[in-house]
Amino acid sequence: MAKAQGLTWTIDDADHMTQAEIYGEVLTQIGLKNKRVVALTADLARSTKIGKFEEKIPERFYNVGIAEANMIAVAAGMTEAGLIPVVSTFATFASMRAAEFVRTDMCYQKRNVKIIATHSGTSFGQAGTTHHCTEDLAIMRSFAGMTVIAPADAFETARAVAAAIDFDGPVYIRIGRGFEPPMHKSMDFDFEIGKAIKLRDGRDLTIIATGVAVLQAMEAAERAAGNGVSVRVLDMHTVKPLDEDAVREALMDTRRIITVEDHSVIGGLGDAVADVIARSGKGCAFKKLGYQDCFAMVGYYEDLQHHYGIDADGIIDAIALVLKAEFEADEDWEDEI
Amino acid sequence: MLDAKERRKLKDKARELREKIVEVTFTCGGAHIGGAFSQHEILVALYYKAMRIDPKRPAWEDRDRFILSKGHGGVGHAVILGDLGYYDPVLLKDFNKTGSPFGMHLDRLKVPGVDFSTGSLGHGLALGLGAAMGARQTGKDWRTYVVMSDGECAEGSVWEAAMAAANFKATNLMAFVDRNRLSLDGPTESLMRLDPLDKKFEAFGWRTLVIDGHDLDQILDAVEISRAETERPVMVIANTIKGKGVDFMEEKTAWHYGGLDEAMRDAALASILKS
Ligand SMILES: Cc1ncc(C[n+]2csc(CCOP(=O)(O)OP(=O)(O)O)c2C)c(N)n1
Repeated sequence: MAKAQGLTWTIDDADHMTQAEIYGEVLTQIGLKNKRVVALTADLARSTKIGKFEEKIPERFYNVGIAEANMIAVAAGMTEAGLIPVVSTFATFASMRAAEFVRTDMCYQKRNVKIIATHSGTSFGQAGTTHHCTEDLAIMRSFAGMTVIAPADAFETARAVAAAIDFDGPVYIRIGRGFEPPMHKSMDFDFEIGKAIKLRDGRDLTIIATGVAVLQAMEAAERAAGNGVSVRVLDMHTVKPLDEDAVREALMDTRRIITVEDHSVIGGLGDAVADVIARSGKGCAFKKLGYQDCFAMVGYYEDLQHHYGIDADGIIDAIALVLKAEFEADEDWEDEI
Repeated sequence: MLDAKERRKLKDKARELREKIVEVTFTCGGAHIGGAFSQHEILVALYYKAMRIDPKRPAWEDRDRFILSKGHGGVGHAVILGDLGYYDPVLLKDFNKTGSPFGMHLDRLKVPGVDFSTGSLGHGLALGLGAAMGARQTGKDWRTYVVMSDGECAEGSVWEAAMAAANFKATNLMAFVDRNRLSLDGPTESLMRLDPLDKKFEAFGWRTLVIDGHDLDQILDAVEISRAETERPVMVIANTIKGKGVDFMEEKTAWHYGGLDEAMRDAALASILKS
């Protein structure tokens, strides 16, 4: 379905804009049309770029000061009047400082609030652990009724924000600091919540990635192809509900799967995929890339992605390991490698 | 009260440290310099005069504890700890660099002299209360000092801790609010009104003092009052100027965080020398 609809402004008009600015712009366009949309932040209007909404629509913008839990509950309360509150703060504060408010006020009560969580993963590298967020996918996935999306780039973020506003129910959208390079070439591609995008087909192995890791996965697949390895890449932008069909299809077709995410290997995309594989009862060589149960060090984002093995180099290493891995064959499968 | 000689020495030290903060900000590409300058005299007064510390023994059991609840002021804190000899200040050339012990927000497991890792606002007052209660419980006479930002007073957790500190009569706890009237998105009073902040803490059961947060004598007098207090914890609303000491940074929200090129560094150093 769904090409980008009704957005007078497209990202193509603004090559210089960062990922975060683009969501701010898209949200503003939506807000100008849909009077039920209100925006909130907790002293991070400028850092998260939701301030763009404030510039155009100040009468529907609220800055609650540095008070994230308060912000979530206020937003949940606003839905009682039929409003669609969109709140934005850093992922670490949205998912952890305010966690119980998100769970009890947004999810348990089925409140139509959208969270746009910025600076996720280690994208705020130099700020250290207090500002890194490698736990939010795990936390948000565990809340019943929550939809969890990690767009690959600015184009996908724009699509995700528009889709989230159209969707009735709580949504958590996780993006980076805003300087991530583009994955797509335009905003014009099929985007549906809960539906993986098969960016590249392959027979030998599948990489399932989410968020910024998708671009790295594509680079790694390209390099692997040069060595005669045929790699499928799934852009799993929606971590919950997971596109289980796409995972099962990858499992049956390639029997070798690597997951990549700018997140802990505990509880995120990797575990969601592992769950599908385990339930299938099929043999599979499998590896999860992400932060291995550690707090990441301080540093530049690119360096950290490299150090923790979630960039294209790390994925290439993982491909070599997974291609070598043995697994028990079953009647549906004979390993041809 | 400081005598004239001591006052001169501390003021010179404060100026010298401001210059070092400028240098680190220059080499590391960007830092929370505005807030580092507003909190500066409070940290200088505590570290160079008021607190019982020994830089040779960062883990000394009987030392006073310090919590920079506004953890983004870490660049200022790091420069002071280096100057005091907790580590070689040369290490600060790697501030913010990949793999460095020094990030924007200091990590107690990586930086000697840091008692608590902060950076997420709204934690420090409760951590400080816990430390103070811990000292009392174990019969220790060390004291705990907390420096908060004004913006973080929008967090409910600050008021939970404020209520609890008065309730538990934590008189071995002293806290400062670096009242520079600016947070990230602009002036606190137009974002989330805090005034009358002193009356609020007073109502929560604190003995509250309002001082000039750049006046070393007033800061140290407040410490004396806190030490003598037997009923209530002492909260100091320290009126300060964000970016204090560098004319083009003062009162500017934009200088919450920023980088300096060579010309700006030189201008900043010249301005500090004049001030
Ligand atoms: C819980 C939390 N929310 C948001 C932030 C992001 N943040 C960092 S500094 C800051 C505001 C800065 O203003 P203020 O707290 O008054 O500090 P100062 O002016 O003294 O630098 C914000 C919102 C944070 N560090 N912690």
